[in-house]
Amino acid sequence: MTNSFVFEADMAAKKIYMSREFNAPIEKVWRAFTEADLLDKWVGPKPYKITTKIMEFKVGGIWLYAMVGPDGPVGWSRAEFTAIENGSYFYSINMFSDENGSTVEGAPSSVTETKFSSIEGNRTKVEVVKAFTHEATIKMFAEGGFKEGSAMGYNQLDELLAAEEAKF
Amino acid sequence: MRRDVFQAIADPTRRAILGLLVAGAMTPNAVAEHFDSTRQTISKHIQILTECEIVTQKKTGREIYYHFNPEKMKEIDIWLERFRKMWEDSFDQLDNLLNDL
Repeated sequence: MTNSFVFEADMAAKKIYMSREFNAPIEKVWRAFTEADLLDKWVGPKPYKITTKIMEFKVGGIWLYAMVGPDGPVGWSRAEFTAIENGSYFYSINMFSDENGSTVEGAPSSVTETKFSSIEGNRTKVEVVKAFTHEATIKMFAEGGFKEGSAMGYNQLDELLAAEEAKF
Repeated sequence: MRRDVFQAIADPTRRAILGLLVAGAMTPNAVAEHFDSTRQTISKHIQILTECEIVTQKKTGREIYYHFNPEKMKEIDIWLERFRKMWEDSFDQLDNLLNDL
C-alpha cells in the first residue's frame, strides 16, 4: 500500500497533524475535499456517513453537515472557511453546531489547515493541521472524549465511535 | 480556575517533574533537588499537577509522596485513537472514491 497515513498529536501545543497520500492528481483530490456530493461519499466511519446541508466553498462561507447513522442524524458540525487558495490550501474553523449551523455555547472548536501538494507519479499529498482552541475542547480531550457534551450529541458520537471500534 | 491535563503538560518544568514521577513516587524535596528553581517554584508546579489530577499525593509516615496517575493520560490516548481511526477509515474510503472519479 502507498497510503502512508501519518497521525501525530502534540498535546502541549494542542495540535494534531495528519498527512495522507492519494493515488490521484491534485485536481481530483481537491474536488473530493471541497465538493459536497463528493465529501458525502467518504467522510465518516462506516456505518455512519455525512450528509451535507449547506456548502458554500468561499471565504466566509460555511459547510454544514450531519453525521448520519442507520437511525438518522446523530449530530451536526459546521466549518467556516477563513482562507482559500484554489488547488493549494484552505483554512477553516470547525465546530459542532445545531442543524441550523448555529454554534452551541461552549462547543469545542479547532482551526484546521488543509494543504494539498503534488507528488511524484501524478499523486497528491494532503496535510491537515488541527489546532484546538476553546477550553471546552481541552476539557473534551482531558475527560476522555465526548462524554459530557450531551448538548451536542456527543454521547451519540461517542457511541458511534465505540461501535466502530468494536468491529475491529 | 479549572485545571486540565493540558495545563499539566504545557510547561517544560512540569513535564520534567512528570518524567521523574513516572519512574517512581517522590517526596517534594526529592523532586526539588532535580531542579535549579526554588523549592517554592517546584512546589507550585506540583500543586498544579495535583489539581490536574495527573499527580496524586499519599502520606507515608510523616512524608508526603507524589505519585503519577497514568489513568489521566490514558484518557487522552483513548480519545486520540478514536479520532485517528475515524480519519484513517475516511481516507481509505476516499481512495475508493478517487478511483471512480
